[in-house]
Amino acid sequence: MKIRVHVWRQENRSDTGKMETYTVDGVLPDMSFLEMMDHLNEQLLSQGNRPVAFDHDCREGVCGMCSMVINGEAHGPMQETTTCQLYMRHFEDGADIYVEPWRSRAFPVIQDLMVDRSAFDRIIEAGGYISNHSGPKPEPNSMPIAPEVAEQALDAATCIGCGACVAACPNGSAMLFTAAKVTHLGLLPQGQPERYLRAKSMVEKMEEEGFGSCRNYAECEAQCPKGISIAFIGRLNADYLRATLLEPMDRRGKMEAQ
Amino acid sequence: MKRFALVFKSSIGKKFIAAITGLILFGFLIGHMAGNLKVFTGSTEAGVPHIDEYGHALRELGSPFVPREFVLWGARTVLLVSLVFHIVVVIQLARQSAAARPLPYVRNRQRAASLPARWMMYSGMLILAFVIFHILHFTTGTIKLGTFEHGYIYSNLHSSFSKLPVAAIYIAMMIALGFHMFHGVWSLFQTLGLDNPDRNRALRWFAISATLVIALGFVMVPVSFVLGIMPDPVEYAVQLLNEK
Repeated sequence: MKIRVHVWRQENRSDTGKMETYTVDGVLPDMSFLEMMDHLNEQLLSQGNRPVAFDHDCREGVCGMCSMVINGEAHGPMQETTTCQLYMRHFEDGADIYVEPWRSRAFPVIQDLMVDRSAFDRIIEAGGYISNHSGPKPEPNSMPIAPEVAEQALDAATCIGCGACVAACPNGSAMLFTAAKVTHLGLLPQGQPERYLRAKSMVEKMEEEGFGSCRNYAECEAQCPKGISIAFIGRLNADYLRATLLEPMDRRGKMEAQ
Repeated sequence: MKRFALVFKSSIGKKFIAAITGLILFGFLIGHMAGNLKVFTGSTEAGVPHIDEYGHALRELGSPFVPREFVLWGARTVLLVSLVFHIVVVIQLARQSAAARPLPYVRNRQRAASLPARWMMYSGMLILAFVIFHILHFTTGTIKLGTFEHGYIYSNLHSSFSKLPVAAIYIAMMIALGFHMFHGVWSLFQTLGLDNPDRNRALRWFAISATLVIALGFVMVPVSFVLGIMPDPVEYAVQLLNEK
Protein backbone atom coordinates (compact mmCIF):
# COMPACT_ATOMS: atom_id res chain seq x y z
CA MET A 1 0.00 0.00 0.00
CA LYS A 2 1.08 3.53 -0.69
CA ILE A 3 -0.65 6.27 1.27
CA ARG A 4 -0.38 10.00 1.85
CA VAL A 5 -0.34 11.09 5.49
CA HIS A 6 -1.05 14.67 6.52
CA VAL A 7 0.39 15.05 10.01
CA TRP A 8 0.26 17.90 12.50
CA ARG A 9 3.83 18.99 13.24
CA GLN A 10 4.50 21.22 16.21
CA GLU A 11 7.97 21.68 17.76
CA ASN A 12 6.86 22.51 21.29
CA ARG A 13 4.07 24.02 23.38
CA SER A 14 4.68 27.56 22.15
CA ASP A 15 5.13 26.70 18.44
CA THR A 16 2.10 27.47 16.24
CA GLY A 17 2.38 24.20 14.31
CA LYS A 18 1.16 23.21 10.84
CA MET A 19 0.12 20.22 8.74
CA GLU A 20 2.88 18.43 6.77
CA THR A 21 2.29 15.88 4.03
CA TYR A 22 4.34 12.66 3.70
CA THR A 23 4.05 9.84 1.20
CA VAL A 24 4.51 6.45 2.87
CA ASP A 25 5.35 3.50 0.63
CA GLY A 26 5.51 -0.19 1.54
CA VAL A 27 2.62 -0.07 4.01
CA LEU A 28 1.23 -3.56 4.67
CA PRO A 29 -2.54 -3.99 5.20
CA ASP A 30 -1.86 -5.93 8.38
CA MET A 31 0.18 -3.14 9.96
CA SER A 32 -1.56 -1.37 12.80
CA PHE A 33 -1.97 2.37 12.45
CA LEU A 34 0.83 2.92 14.96
CA GLU A 35 3.11 0.53 13.05
CA MET A 36 2.44 2.62 9.96
CA MET A 37 3.47 5.67 12.01
CA ASP A 38 6.65 3.80 13.11
CA HIS A 39 7.27 3.04 9.44
CA LEU A 40 6.86 6.74 8.58
CA ASN A 41 9.25 7.67 11.39
CA GLU A 42 11.94 5.29 10.13
CA GLN A 43 11.55 6.89 6.73
CA LEU A 44 11.88 10.36 8.29
CA LEU A 45 14.95 9.27 10.33
CA SER A 46 16.68 7.83 7.26
CA GLN A 47 16.15 11.18 5.54
CA GLY A 48 17.67 12.92 8.56
CA ASN A 49 14.38 14.50 9.70
CA ARG A 50 12.83 14.55 13.16
CA PRO A 51 10.39 11.68 13.60
CA VAL A 52 6.74 12.39 14.48
CA ALA A 53 6.15 12.31 18.23
CA PHE A 54 3.05 10.38 19.27
CA ASP A 55 1.80 8.72 22.43
CA HIS A 56 1.53 4.94 22.70
CA ASP A 57 2.13 2.28 25.29
CA CYS A 58 0.46 -1.13 25.50
CA ARG A 59 -0.71 -1.32 21.86
CA GLU A 60 -3.41 -3.69 23.08
CA GLY A 61 -6.24 -1.18 23.37
CA VAL A 62 -6.34 -1.01 27.15
CA CYS A 63 -3.89 1.63 28.35
CA GLY A 64 -5.46 4.76 26.88
CA MET A 65 -2.18 6.32 25.72
CA CYS A 66 -2.71 6.46 21.94
CA SER A 67 -4.51 9.60 21.01
CA MET A 68 -4.82 10.58 17.38
CA VAL A 69 -7.67 12.24 15.55
CA ILE A 70 -7.65 10.35 12.24
CA ASN A 71 -9.64 11.84 9.36
CA GLY A 72 -11.57 13.95 11.83
CA GLU A 73 -12.51 11.15 14.21
CA ALA A 74 -10.92 10.32 17.55
CA HIS A 75 -9.06 6.98 17.21
CA GLY A 76 -10.08 6.82 13.53
CA PRO A 77 -13.06 5.49 11.64
CA MET A 78 -13.69 2.18 13.46
CA GLN A 79 -16.27 2.03 16.26
CA GLU A 80 -15.02 1.20 19.76
CA THR A 81 -11.45 0.82 18.55
CA THR A 82 -8.33 2.55 19.81
CA THR A 83 -5.75 3.83 17.32
CA CYS A 84 -3.39 0.97 18.18
CA GLN A 85 -6.09 -1.57 17.27
CA LEU A 86 -6.84 0.17 13.98
CA TYR A 87 -5.28 -1.59 11.00
CA MET A 88 -4.19 -0.27 7.62
CA ARG A 89 -6.61 -2.70 5.92
CA HIS A 90 -9.33 -0.32 7.13
CA PHE A 91 -7.96 2.24 4.66
CA GLU A 92 -7.81 2.15 0.89
CA ASP A 93 -4.58 2.00 -1.08
CA GLY A 94 -3.58 5.53 -2.08
CA ALA A 95 -5.73 7.08 0.65
CA ASP A 96 -5.16 10.55 2.08
CA ILE A 97 -5.09 10.29 5.87
CA TYR A 98 -5.24 13.32 8.16
CA VAL A 99 -3.66 12.83 11.58
CA GLU A 100 -4.11 15.50 14.25
CA PRO A 101 -3.65 15.70 18.01
CA TRP A 102 -6.58 15.99 20.48
CA ARG A 103 -7.58 19.63 20.21
CA SER A 104 -8.53 21.12 23.56
CA ARG A 105 -7.40 24.09 25.61
CA ALA A 106 -7.11 21.74 28.58
CA PHE A 107 -4.83 19.36 26.62
CA PRO A 108 -1.90 21.51 25.42
CA VAL A 109 0.21 19.95 22.66
CA ILE A 110 3.63 18.87 23.93
CA GLN A 111 4.98 17.98 20.49
CA ASP A 112 3.33 16.93 17.20
CA LEU A 113 0.59 14.45 18.18
CA MET A 114 1.41 14.25 21.90
CA VAL A 115 -0.82 16.20 24.25
CA ASP A 116 -0.60 16.78 27.98
CA ARG A 117 -3.60 15.02 29.53
CA SER A 118 -2.73 15.71 33.15
CA ALA A 119 -5.95 17.75 33.43
CA PHE A 120 -7.67 14.34 33.68
CA ASP A 121 -5.35 13.32 36.54
CA ARG A 122 -6.26 16.50 38.39
CA ILE A 123 -9.99 15.75 37.96
CA ILE A 124 -9.37 12.28 39.46
CA GLU A 125 -7.37 13.78 42.32
CA ALA A 126 -10.26 16.11 43.11
CA GLY A 127 -12.60 13.28 44.11
CA GLY A 128 -11.89 9.97 42.38
CA TYR A 129 -11.27 8.03 45.58
CA ILE A 130 -13.12 6.17 48.32
CA SER A 131 -12.35 6.12 52.01
CA ASN A 132 -11.08 2.71 52.98
CA HIS A 133 -9.69 1.40 56.21
CA SER A 134 -6.23 -0.05 56.30
CA GLY A 135 -6.90 -2.64 58.99
CA PRO A 136 -7.75 -6.31 58.55
CA LYS A 137 -9.65 -7.20 55.37
CA PRO A 138 -13.43 -7.59 55.83
CA GLU A 139 -15.13 -10.81 54.87
CA PRO A 140 -15.49 -10.50 51.04
CA ASN A 141 -19.19 -11.32 50.93
CA SER A 142 -20.15 -8.98 53.76
CA MET A 143 -21.07 -6.21 51.30
CA PRO A 144 -23.56 -7.61 48.77
CA ILE A 145 -23.82 -5.84 45.41
CA ALA A 146 -26.51 -6.75 42.87
CA PRO A 147 -24.86 -8.22 39.74
CA GLU A 148 -26.60 -5.64 37.48
CA VAL A 149 -25.21 -2.80 39.56
CA ALA A 150 -21.74 -4.36 39.59
CA GLU A 151 -21.88 -4.75 35.80
CA GLN A 152 -23.02 -1.17 35.34
CA ALA A 153 -20.19 0.08 37.55
CA LEU A 154 -17.78 -2.02 35.48
CA ASP A 155 -19.20 -0.50 32.27
CA ALA A 156 -18.27 2.92 33.65
CA ALA A 157 -14.92 1.64 34.87
CA THR A 158 -13.91 0.51 31.36
CA CYS A 159 -13.03 4.16 30.69
CA ILE A 160 -9.31 4.15 29.88
CA GLY A 161 -9.02 7.92 30.26
CA CYS A 162 -7.67 8.44 26.75
CA GLY A 163 -9.48 11.75 26.20
CA ALA A 164 -11.26 10.78 22.97
CA CYS A 165 -14.52 12.18 24.41
CA VAL A 166 -12.94 15.63 24.74
CA ALA A 167 -11.38 15.35 21.27
CA ALA A 168 -14.67 14.23 19.69
CA CYS A 169 -16.98 16.68 21.45
CA PRO A 170 -17.73 19.70 19.27
CA ASN A 171 -17.62 21.68 22.52
CA GLY A 172 -14.46 20.09 23.93
CA SER A 173 -16.36 18.92 27.02
CA ALA A 174 -14.95 16.34 29.44
CA MET A 175 -18.35 15.30 30.77
CA LEU A 176 -18.16 11.68 29.59
CA PHE A 177 -14.81 11.08 31.29
CA THR A 178 -15.86 12.79 34.51
CA ALA A 179 -19.24 11.03 34.47
CA ALA A 180 -17.62 7.60 34.02
CA LYS A 181 -15.19 8.21 36.87
CA VAL A 182 -17.86 9.62 39.19
CA THR A 183 -20.28 6.79 38.39
CA HIS A 184 -18.04 3.76 38.74
CA LEU A 185 -17.40 4.72 42.35
CA GLY A 186 -20.79 6.31 43.04
CA LEU A 187 -22.74 3.20 42.05
CA LEU A 188 -21.05 0.92 44.54
CA PRO A 189 -21.62 0.82 48.31
CA GLN A 190 -17.94 1.58 48.97
CA GLY A 191 -18.33 4.86 47.10
CA GLN A 192 -21.44 6.12 48.93
CA PRO A 193 -19.86 8.22 51.71
CA GLU A 194 -18.33 10.68 49.24
CA ARG A 195 -20.93 10.27 46.49
CA TYR A 196 -22.24 13.86 46.30
CA LEU A 197 -19.05 15.53 47.42
CA ARG A 198 -17.24 13.59 44.68
CA ALA A 199 -19.65 14.71 41.95
CA LYS A 200 -19.31 18.31 43.10
CA SER A 201 -15.53 18.41 43.50
CA MET A 202 -14.78 16.59 40.24
CA VAL A 203 -17.17 18.80 38.23
CA GLU A 204 -15.69 21.93 39.78
CA LYS A 205 -12.19 20.74 38.87
CA MET A 206 -13.36 19.90 35.34
CA GLU A 207 -14.70 23.45 34.90
CA GLU A 208 -11.50 24.94 36.27
CA GLU A 209 -9.36 23.04 33.75
CA GLY A 210 -11.07 24.86 30.86
CA PHE A 211 -13.15 22.13 29.24
CA GLY A 212 -16.29 23.08 27.32
CA SER A 213 -19.91 22.48 28.27
CA CYS A 214 -22.02 19.43 27.39
CA ARG A 215 -24.68 19.99 24.70
CA ASN A 216 -26.02 16.40 24.70
CA TYR A 217 -24.77 15.61 21.19
CA ALA A 218 -23.66 12.10 22.25
CA GLU A 219 -20.66 12.52 19.95
CA CYS A 220 -18.40 11.44 22.85
CA GLU A 221 -20.23 8.12 23.20
CA ALA A 222 -20.03 7.49 19.44
CA GLN A 223 -16.27 8.07 19.31
CA CYS A 224 -15.35 6.55 22.68
CA PRO A 225 -13.13 3.49 22.10
CA LYS A 226 -14.87 1.80 25.03
CA GLY A 227 -18.40 2.88 24.10
CA ILE A 228 -19.05 4.55 27.48
CA SER A 229 -22.74 5.50 27.59
CA ILE A 230 -24.09 9.04 27.96
CA ALA A 231 -26.39 7.46 30.56
CA PHE A 232 -23.51 8.17 32.97
CA ILE A 233 -23.65 11.86 32.05
CA GLY A 234 -27.34 11.87 33.01
CA ARG A 235 -26.43 10.29 36.32
CA LEU A 236 -23.64 12.79 36.91
CA ASN A 237 -26.08 15.63 36.18
CA ALA A 238 -28.51 14.21 38.73
CA ASP A 239 -25.79 13.70 41.37
CA TYR A 240 -24.25 17.12 40.77
CA LEU A 241 -27.61 18.92 40.89
CA ARG A 242 -28.51 17.11 44.06
CA ALA A 243 -25.13 18.00 45.56
CA THR A 244 -25.57 21.70 44.80
CA LEU A 245 -29.34 22.13 45.24
CA LEU A 246 -30.46 19.65 47.89
CA GLU A 247 -27.59 18.34 49.99
CA PRO A 248 -27.12 20.36 53.23
CA MET A 249 -24.41 23.00 52.85
CA ASP A 250 -24.12 23.83 56.53
CA ARG A 251 -24.66 20.56 58.36
CA ARG A 252 -23.23 21.77 61.66
CA GLY A 253 -24.64 25.30 61.63
CA LYS A 254 -26.65 26.76 64.53
CA MET A 255 -30.44 26.57 64.51
CA GLU A 256 -33.03 28.46 66.53
CA ALA A 257 -36.47 27.26 67.61
CA GLN A 258 -39.65 29.32 67.54
CA MET B 1 -29.54 32.77 47.31
CA LYS B 2 -26.28 30.99 48.10
CA ARG B 3 -27.44 27.96 46.14
CA PHE B 4 -28.68 30.10 43.27
CA ALA B 5 -25.19 31.63 42.97
CA LEU B 6 -23.71 28.13 43.16
CA VAL B 7 -25.87 26.97 40.26
CA PHE B 8 -24.53 29.80 38.12
CA LYS B 9 -20.93 28.77 38.83
CA SER B 10 -20.81 25.55 36.82
CA SER B 11 -21.80 24.58 33.29
CA ILE B 12 -24.11 21.84 34.65
CA GLY B 13 -25.85 24.46 36.80
CA LYS B 14 -26.21 26.81 33.83
CA LYS B 15 -27.59 23.95 31.77
CA PHE B 16 -30.02 23.25 34.62
CA ILE B 17 -31.29 26.82 34.27
CA ALA B 18 -31.50 26.45 30.48
CA ALA B 19 -33.48 23.21 30.98
CA ILE B 20 -35.92 24.60 33.56
CA THR B 21 -36.55 27.79 31.57
CA GLY B 22 -36.85 25.67 28.43
CA LEU B 23 -39.45 23.56 30.21
CA ILE B 24 -41.42 26.71 31.16
CA LEU B 25 -41.30 27.97 27.57
CA PHE B 26 -42.30 24.50 26.33
CA GLY B 27 -45.30 24.59 28.66
CA PHE B 28 -46.22 28.01 27.28
CA LEU B 29 -46.05 26.67 23.72
CA ILE B 30 -48.49 23.87 24.56
CA GLY B 31 -50.96 26.40 26.01
CA HIS B 32 -50.48 28.87 23.15
CA MET B 33 -50.96 26.21 20.50
CA ALA B 34 -54.05 24.77 22.21
CA GLY B 35 -55.51 28.27 22.57
CA ASN B 36 -54.91 28.97 18.88
CA LEU B 37 -57.13 26.03 17.96
CA LYS B 38 -60.09 28.16 19.14
CA VAL B 39 -59.80 29.72 15.66
CA PHE B 40 -61.38 26.56 14.27
CA THR B 41 -64.28 26.26 16.71
CA GLY B 42 -66.37 29.02 15.08
CA SER B 43 -68.26 31.82 16.79
CA THR B 44 -71.11 32.46 19.22
CA GLU B 45 -74.68 33.06 18.08
CA ALA B 46 -74.07 36.79 18.42
CA GLY B 47 -71.22 36.46 15.91
CA VAL B 48 -68.28 36.80 18.33
CA PRO B 49 -65.50 34.39 17.29
CA HIS B 50 -64.45 31.98 20.05
CA ILE B 51 -60.81 33.06 19.71
CA ASP B 52 -61.81 36.68 20.50
CA GLU B 53 -63.70 35.50 23.56
CA TYR B 54 -60.71 33.42 24.59
CA GLY B 55 -58.34 36.38 24.26
CA HIS B 56 -60.74 38.48 26.28
CA ALA B 57 -60.98 35.78 28.94
CA LEU B 58 -57.17 35.66 29.27
CA ARG B 59 -57.19 39.36 30.16
CA GLU B 60 -60.00 38.81 32.67
CA LEU B 61 -58.38 35.71 34.20
CA GLY B 62 -58.53 35.75 37.99
CA SER B 63 -60.88 38.76 38.25
CA PRO B 64 -62.55 39.88 40.41
CA PHE B 65 -60.01 38.50 42.92
CA VAL B 66 -57.07 40.19 41.23
CA PRO B 67 -57.00 43.30 39.05
CA ARG B 68 -57.76 42.94 35.35
CA GLU B 69 -54.77 41.66 33.30
CA PHE B 70 -52.90 40.81 36.54
CA VAL B 71 -52.59 37.12 35.70
CA LEU B 72 -51.76 37.95 32.09
CA TRP B 73 -48.91 40.26 33.08
CA GLY B 74 -47.76 37.78 35.73
CA ALA B 75 -47.48 35.10 33.07
CA ARG B 76 -45.77 37.48 30.67
CA THR B 77 -43.23 38.37 33.36
CA VAL B 78 -42.45 34.73 34.09
CA LEU B 79 -42.04 34.03 30.37
CA LEU B 80 -39.85 37.06 29.77
CA VAL B 81 -37.62 36.27 32.76
CA SER B 82 -37.37 32.64 31.58
CA LEU B 83 -36.48 33.74 28.07
CA VAL B 84 -33.80 36.13 29.32
CA PHE B 85 -32.24 33.48 31.60
CA HIS B 86 -32.46 30.88 28.81
CA ILE B 87 -30.56 33.17 26.43
CA VAL B 88 -28.02 34.49 28.95
CA VAL B 89 -26.89 31.05 30.20
CA VAL B 90 -26.75 29.63 26.68
CA ILE B 91 -24.53 32.50 25.51
CA GLN B 92 -22.26 31.96 28.53
CA LEU B 93 -22.06 28.23 27.80
CA ALA B 94 -21.34 28.84 24.11
CA ARG B 95 -18.49 31.17 25.02
CA GLN B 96 -17.06 28.59 27.43
CA SER B 97 -17.23 25.94 24.71
CA ALA B 98 -15.70 28.19 22.07
CA ALA B 99 -12.77 28.88 24.42
CA ALA B 100 -12.34 25.13 25.07
CA ARG B 101 -11.09 24.53 21.52
CA PRO B 102 -9.02 27.51 20.42
CA LEU B 103 -7.66 25.73 17.33
CA PRO B 104 -10.20 23.90 15.14
CA TYR B 105 -9.54 20.55 13.45
CA VAL B 106 -8.34 20.53 9.84
CA ARG B 107 -10.60 17.53 9.27
CA ASN B 108 -13.64 17.00 11.45
CA ARG B 109 -16.35 14.36 11.24
CA GLN B 110 -19.35 13.86 13.46
CA ARG B 111 -20.89 10.43 13.91
CA ALA B 112 -23.76 11.02 16.30
CA ALA B 113 -24.58 14.72 16.70
CA SER B 114 -27.90 15.36 14.94
CA LEU B 115 -28.39 18.43 12.77
CA PRO B 116 -31.14 19.89 14.99
CA ALA B 117 -28.75 19.54 17.95
CA ARG B 118 -25.91 21.26 16.12
CA TRP B 119 -28.18 24.03 14.85
CA MET B 120 -29.69 24.92 18.26
CA MET B 121 -27.98 28.33 18.23
CA TYR B 122 -29.28 29.17 14.75
CA SER B 123 -32.81 27.90 15.38
CA GLY B 124 -32.75 29.72 18.72
CA MET B 125 -31.74 33.02 17.13
CA LEU B 126 -34.44 32.63 14.46
CA ILE B 127 -37.03 31.94 17.17
CA LEU B 128 -35.92 35.00 19.16
CA ALA B 129 -36.22 37.22 16.08
CA PHE B 130 -39.60 35.65 15.35
CA VAL B 131 -40.89 36.17 18.91
CA ILE B 132 -40.05 39.89 18.71
CA PHE B 133 -41.64 40.15 15.27
CA HIS B 134 -44.69 38.16 16.36
CA ILE B 135 -45.34 40.38 19.41
CA LEU B 136 -44.95 43.55 17.32
CA HIS B 137 -47.27 42.06 14.72
CA PHE B 138 -50.17 40.49 16.63
CA THR B 139 -49.87 41.81 20.20
CA THR B 140 -48.99 45.48 19.83
CA GLY B 141 -49.91 45.88 16.16
CA THR B 142 -46.79 47.96 15.51
CA ILE B 143 -45.88 46.00 12.40
CA LYS B 144 -48.84 46.34 10.03
CA LEU B 145 -49.14 43.42 7.63
CA GLY B 146 -52.92 43.62 7.49
CA THR B 147 -55.63 45.48 9.33
CA PHE B 148 -55.14 45.51 13.08
CA GLU B 149 -57.50 46.33 15.89
CA HIS B 150 -56.90 45.32 19.52
CA GLY B 151 -59.10 42.47 20.67
CA TYR B 152 -60.46 41.52 17.25
CA ILE B 153 -58.15 38.52 17.03
CA TYR B 154 -60.01 36.60 14.34
CA SER B 155 -60.24 39.52 11.98
CA ASN B 156 -56.56 40.42 12.58
CA LEU B 157 -55.50 36.84 11.84
CA HIS B 158 -57.69 36.74 8.76
CA SER B 159 -56.33 39.91 7.21
CA SER B 160 -52.65 39.01 7.85
CA PHE B 161 -52.68 35.30 7.11
CA SER B 162 -54.70 35.65 3.93
CA LYS B 163 -51.51 37.10 2.47
CA LEU B 164 -49.21 34.31 1.30
CA PRO B 165 -45.87 35.95 2.30
CA VAL B 166 -47.05 36.54 5.88
CA ALA B 167 -48.36 32.99 6.19
CA ALA B 168 -45.10 31.68 4.68
CA ILE B 169 -42.98 33.51 7.28
CA TYR B 170 -45.03 32.01 10.11
CA ILE B 171 -44.92 28.50 8.62
CA ALA B 172 -41.14 28.70 8.08
CA MET B 173 -40.59 29.88 11.64
CA MET B 174 -42.62 26.98 13.01
CA ILE B 175 -40.20 24.65 11.22
CA ALA B 176 -37.31 26.40 13.03
CA LEU B 177 -39.24 25.99 16.28
CA GLY B 178 -39.72 22.29 15.51
CA PHE B 179 -35.96 21.86 15.00
CA HIS B 180 -35.27 23.58 18.32
CA MET B 181 -37.81 21.46 20.19
CA PHE B 182 -36.75 18.17 18.58
CA HIS B 183 -33.42 18.36 20.39
CA GLY B 184 -34.38 20.67 23.26
CA VAL B 185 -37.32 18.75 24.68
CA TRP B 186 -35.30 15.53 24.95
CA SER B 187 -32.11 17.31 25.98
CA LEU B 188 -33.73 19.00 28.97
CA PHE B 189 -34.54 15.62 30.52
CA GLN B 190 -30.93 14.48 30.09
CA THR B 191 -29.69 17.75 31.62
CA LEU B 192 -32.00 17.37 34.60
CA GLY B 193 -30.61 13.85 35.05
CA LEU B 194 -34.02 12.30 34.43
CA ASP B 195 -33.11 10.28 31.34
CA ASN B 196 -31.75 6.75 31.63
CA PRO B 197 -31.72 3.71 29.33
CA ASP B 198 -35.13 2.58 30.64
CA ARG B 199 -36.82 5.85 29.74
CA ASN B 200 -34.73 7.01 26.78
CA ARG B 201 -37.05 5.70 24.07
CA ALA B 202 -40.13 7.07 25.77
CA LEU B 203 -38.56 10.49 26.34
CA ARG B 204 -37.31 10.75 22.77
CA TRP B 205 -40.73 9.75 21.45
CA PHE B 206 -42.32 12.27 23.76
CA ALA B 207 -40.04 14.99 22.34
CA ILE B 208 -40.76 13.94 18.75
CA SER B 209 -44.53 13.78 19.24
CA ALA B 210 -44.63 17.04 21.21
CA THR B 211 -42.62 18.71 18.44
CA LEU B 212 -44.94 17.41 15.73
CA VAL B 213 -48.15 18.21 17.61
CA ILE B 214 -47.05 21.74 18.53
CA ALA B 215 -45.50 22.64 15.16
CA LEU B 216 -48.45 21.21 13.20
CA GLY B 217 -50.97 22.80 15.57
CA PHE B 218 -49.38 26.21 15.03
CA VAL B 219 -48.96 25.76 11.27
CA MET B 220 -52.61 24.76 10.81
CA VAL B 221 -53.74 28.36 11.50
CA PRO B 222 -51.83 30.26 8.76
CA VAL B 223 -52.29 27.32 6.34
CA SER B 224 -56.07 27.33 6.79
CA PHE B 225 -56.31 31.10 6.30
CA VAL B 226 -54.03 31.18 3.27
CA LEU B 227 -55.99 28.35 1.64
CA GLY B 228 -59.12 30.47 2.08
CA ILE B 229 -61.08 27.75 3.87
CA MET B 230 -61.78 29.93 6.93
CA PRO B 231 -65.01 31.98 7.09
CA ASP B 232 -64.69 35.73 6.64
CA PRO B 233 -64.75 37.76 9.86
CA VAL B 234 -68.09 39.25 10.80
CA GLU B 235 -68.26 42.72 12.31
CA TYR B 236 -69.64 42.75 15.81
CA ALA B 237 -70.06 45.36 18.49
CA VAL B 238 -67.37 45.27 21.17
CA GLN B 239 -70.11 45.34 23.85
CA LEU B 240 -70.97 41.75 22.94
CA LEU B 241 -67.49 40.71 24.08
CA ASN B 242 -67.65 42.67 27.31
CA GLU B 243 -71.07 41.32 28.27
CA LYS B 244 -69.75 37.79 28.39
